[in-house]
Amino acid sequence: MQDYILFAVSAILVNNILLIQYLGNCPFLGTSKRMDTAVGMAMAVVFVLVMAGIVTWTVEQVFLIPLKLQFVRTIVFILVIAALVQFVELWLKKSIPALYAGLGIFLPLITTNCCVLGVCLLNIQENYGFLKMLVSSTAYPMGFGLALILFAGLRERIIIGRVPGPMQDTAIGLVASGFMSLAFLGFKGMI
Amino acid sequence: MSDTSLVKEFTKGLWKEIPPFRLVLGICPTLACSKAFNNGFGMGVALTFVLVCSNILVSAIRKYIPSKIRVPCFIVVVATFVVIVELVMQAYTYPLFLQLGIFIPLIVVNCIPLGRAEAFAYKNGVAASAADGLGLGIGYTLSLSFLGSLREIFGVGTWNGIQIFGADFQPFTFMVEAPGAFVCLGLLLGLMNLAGKK
Repeated sequence: MQDYILFAVSAILVNNILLIQYLGNCPFLGTSKRMDTAVGMAMAVVFVLVMAGIVTWTVEQVFLIPLKLQFVRTIVFILVIAALVQFVELWLKKSIPALYAGLGIFLPLITTNCCVLGVCLLNIQENYGFLKMLVSSTAYPMGFGLALILFAGLRERIIIGRVPGPMQDTAIGLVASGFMSLAFLGFKGMI
Repeated sequence: MSDTSLVKEFTKGLWKEIPPFRLVLGICPTLACSKAFNNGFGMGVALTFVLVCSNILVSAIRKYIPSKIRVPCFIVVVATFVVIVELVMQAYTYPLFLQLGIFIPLIVVNCIPLGRAEAFAYKNGVAASAADGLGLGIGYTLSLSFLGSLREIFGVGTWNGIQIFGADFQPFTFMVEAPGAFVCLGLLLGLMNLAGKK
């Protein structure tokens, strides 16, 4: 049990997927300009990644390993994720319209969010068992959400400040995320 | 398609729309694979191959792809070439394959091949798409090699494994860590904006 808690903490803080492992930076820079879009994106990523993690892990164990088809893993995973996102979108629209209103526009973007495919591939590469895979697919997107929401708060303040012309928008955003990444790097000695 | 416009499609990728500075796409591999010159260069070459091939194929079959399901079709085309790159790199450049690791399969979700398929190859002929892909790919390789060289020279004191400074050089390890990648890319982007304004 202690192992799993330590693993979760390290996945959220020490090996933060966004700031230390550099996955999912396009949506990070794109949706962090306003707090509400950042919260929507963060929730959508957690929601989809838990499901995508379970489905891709099962596909790997049930189909790819027995059939010795590991070399087409990339194609299979991206198609599974794309199909899953479509189904989730349709299902949410019908059964939980309130949640759909919040996550709706972010769901199609998730297919091309490299943090989703990245974590699914990591789960396989590191040979995680089912429970560890579940912890990793929950903890990594939570770290993503944490960094995204913190950064959105920071960025709302940066917009008010007077930034020199050429550094505006993405450039200052990257420098600011560099300093946030420095803060996360400070957790390194913790575990 | 005349020769001059082909040249134009090719050269726009080298300066006017050079990714990832002008066209802010594909940030993740830019940050992760620019720790050293050879990482950046290897990633650039892999992406160039995928981009050129996917652009050519998408533009060749663009009349047969129904517009409603075009994005899944693009993803399959891109993923096919990514698997080819993955297998070739595993066979011939194994150390580089290990260093780039998860970022090779992640070319699938790199926004550049998908974005170019949607924005350019789906609307233009084969020759123009090939020129566009090659130009942007070479531009991306140049950017990544430059960023990689910068971080390697100041962060480790070497370039492509060759010692640059004397033995008493204190490496600036901040540059090769994660925060250095963000700060370096941000400052370079600012410099590029400054240069573009004139």
